[in-house]
Amino acid sequence: MNLDPSEEQRLLAASIERFVERDYAFETRRRIVASPDGYSQDVWRTMAELGLLGLPLPAAHGGFGGGAMDTVSLMEAIGGALIVEPWLATVALGAQLIARGQNEQLREELRDEQRRRVLPAVAEGRLKLAFAHAEAAARHTLAHVATRARADDGGYLISGVKRAIPHGASADLLVVSARTNGDDGDAEGLSLFVVERDAPGVALTALRMLDGTRAADVTFDEVRVPAQALIGAPDRALPLIEEVIDFATALVCAEAVGAIKSANEATLEYLKTRKQFGVAIGSFQALQHRMVDLAIEYEQAKSIALLACSAVDTDHDAAARSRTVSAAKARIADACRKVSQESIQLHGGMGMSDEVKISHTFRRLTAIAQQFGDADHHLARFAALS
Amino acid sequence: MRGPPLSCLATADRPKPMDLDYSADERAFRDHVRGWLRAHLPAPMRDKVVRYAPLDRDDLLGWHRILADQGWIAPSWPREWGGTGWNVVQRHIFEEECGYAGAPPLIPFGLAMCAPVLLEFGSDAQKRRFLPRIYRGEDIWCQGYSEPGSGSDLASLRTSAVRRDDRYIVNGQKTWTTIAHLADWIFCLVRTDAAIERKQDGISFLLIDMKTRGVTVRPLPLMDGRHEVNEVFFDDVEVPIENRVHDEGKGWTVAKYLLGHERMNTARIGTSKRELERLKVFAAAQSKNGAPLTEDPRFRDKLSRVEIELMALAITNLRFLDQLRGGRVPGAEVSMLKIKGTEIQQALAELMLEAGGPLAQVLGPAGPVDIGAPNDDFLAALAPRYCNMRKTTIYAGSNEIQRNIIARHALGL
Repeated sequence: MNLDPSEEQRLLAASIERFVERDYAFETRRRIVASPDGYSQDVWRTMAELGLLGLPLPAAHGGFGGGAMDTVSLMEAIGGALIVEPWLATVALGAQLIARGQNEQLREELRDEQRRRVLPAVAEGRLKLAFAHAEAAARHTLAHVATRARADDGGYLISGVKRAIPHGASADLLVVSARTNGDDGDAEGLSLFVVERDAPGVALTALRMLDGTRAADVTFDEVRVPAQALIGAPDRALPLIEEVIDFATALVCAEAVGAIKSANEATLEYLKTRKQFGVAIGSFQALQHRMVDLAIEYEQAKSIALLACSAVDTDHDAAARSRTVSAAKARIADACRKVSQESIQLHGGMGMSDEVKISHTFRRLTAIAQQFGDADHHLARFAALS
Repeated sequence: MRGPPLSCLATADRPKPMDLDYSADERAFRDHVRGWLRAHLPAPMRDKVVRYAPLDRDDLLGWHRILADQGWIAPSWPREWGGTGWNVVQRHIFEEECGYAGAPPLIPFGLAMCAPVLLEFGSDAQKRRFLPRIYRGEDIWCQGYSEPGSGSDLASLRTSAVRRDDRYIVNGQKTWTTIAHLADWIFCLVRTDAAIERKQDGISFLLIDMKTRGVTVRPLPLMDGRHEVNEVFFDDVEVPIENRVHDEGKGWTVAKYLLGHERMNTARIGTSKRELERLKVFAAAQSKNGAPLTEDPRFRDKLSRVEIELMALAITNLRFLDQLRGGRVPGAEVSMLKIKGTEIQQALAELMLEAGGPLAQVLGPAGPVDIGAPNDDFLAALAPRYCNMRKTTIYAGSNEIQRNIIARHALGL
């Protein structure tokens, strides 16, 4: 057992802390969320300069070769400061799919072409990505893809509709899942493609989300891509999608831990400073016990998130990895719900105000509770894999 | 020791059995109200309510005036001022039927708060001046109670009113003031005497015209993005002394009386029954793993639990009503109804959001946010509604305060 962060991880955490303090105060975030694009290009550049965009990318392609454990301090900071920039969409989803996809059918020199083209540009902050996967009736079922890619003239023609794709409108490249075989819901027959956001036939509607982030509905109408746009092997993308979604889910669990910590700090501060009936409301035992329960939620959330991050880094058995990730996400969803609701209640009317950070943390925790599957979804998956 | 002679249960003269339903007369009354609502509640109004669309001044006052024309706007007032003479059960039935039918909520500040205060403590001149206008929906009222430093501890309020000749000069700030931005009048608790031993002393109850010079309203945006509450600032606002209700320094007596009224009718059984039905229909139309969400055992169990809690609360509510009908003064029961009623409302809003799934996280198209713009997208209304409903366990005496009341007054702790 070694629960101490490495020297590198400690230095990274300190530099992230400085970055958040300097560049991501709550008022700054409010301005970013209200801006036309809903994210800050300046912040994105700073994240690139700090090496945060290459953190879990292969060293051979401009990254630092880190795993999920190496991103924990970053994810907690993203959760604590409610960072809305498209880090997860770009680095943990889009770039991971490209980095991990293996297409043995391609000639040797082509196999790495995509990675060479995309990953260093991602690490340098020149390319933003999004994973265009979710469809209208899919809920959280990953095999539910009706979008089709038809082989045509040496390439593919993609048609279909993707819904509420996180950061879809700010992405330069979309990683699109589409059916090259089989029917909606089949595990076999899924393929992944890299598509330029500006390609003919791609239409986007930018959306505002509950948590202040942006998303997009994306329609693909006979979008032509070359054969080299394929990521990994055709028809067999589902295991890769599951692996990368598990990776991103573990990271979002760590993000939740940061948001929970921030919520608890704000609530504790409020209990200590808000005076009613001549005393701090934190002197009431009925409220003390509730605050204690929130502190326990944080510890349990932190533990299960670390377990999930460790599993996606080290578990070579997909079922064992998925089981641990589902355990974490089910537990984290419960913690998100409890901490978010209780912190608003303990803040009283103040917690309802848009002008106070806790109401924004509430919204992000509400979003995380269902992101990549709600508690029910992951309880069912955990049980099925047990 | 011997128990009661159970043999009497089998005889012809067995006591009248307990009946958990309304009497035949009450059922006839309910059917009458239900039929009238079906005929008179305008469909566009109902539609806005059931789709969680924002209600504007015209919706709120429009429904008020329809009820006023029917003579049903103020059932609990004395008959001479327009009351219906209904007993407590009939009033309950009427309110639950309105909620169940999807009628717009009535603004309570005039009808159910200021008016009862005027009826109890107001001068004849005040009653004649304000009650008919409240009845007809000519003025919108708001409530000037909470201040930045005075929430649950209301009596610590600091907004001051200094007597100068025949008027008070009011200075201070109220907060969380619902619909102050639409209101014509505000009733306020103000401090007329600061040199007192008990903070409950030296408080007076003033009626203030919102158009008076020195009154400023600032919107306080809530996390659902809608404009509902405000801060209200008073800067040397002149208020004639004839706008004071009850004696100077007796404001706390008025406030306590009013808090009792504020806590009535918070169980909202009818509204929750309608929401539950809506939730079942909505969830059945959502698909999970290729089947209706209502067939998912995890979701179905949560749905069932809320329904069962609501079934129990409906009877709890009737049991309390039965006691009130016997002439008892409402006490801590009202606090229980508020706690359980609001918990059920929140659970329903949360399940609705859950049923909406990932797409219910979408608020709308990106672009300049137009707060208060009509939103026809039911799915997009679920998350803001979930956020908004968190207020129900905070407002009108937080559920923590309600528990204190029960502990002290019902349990003697």
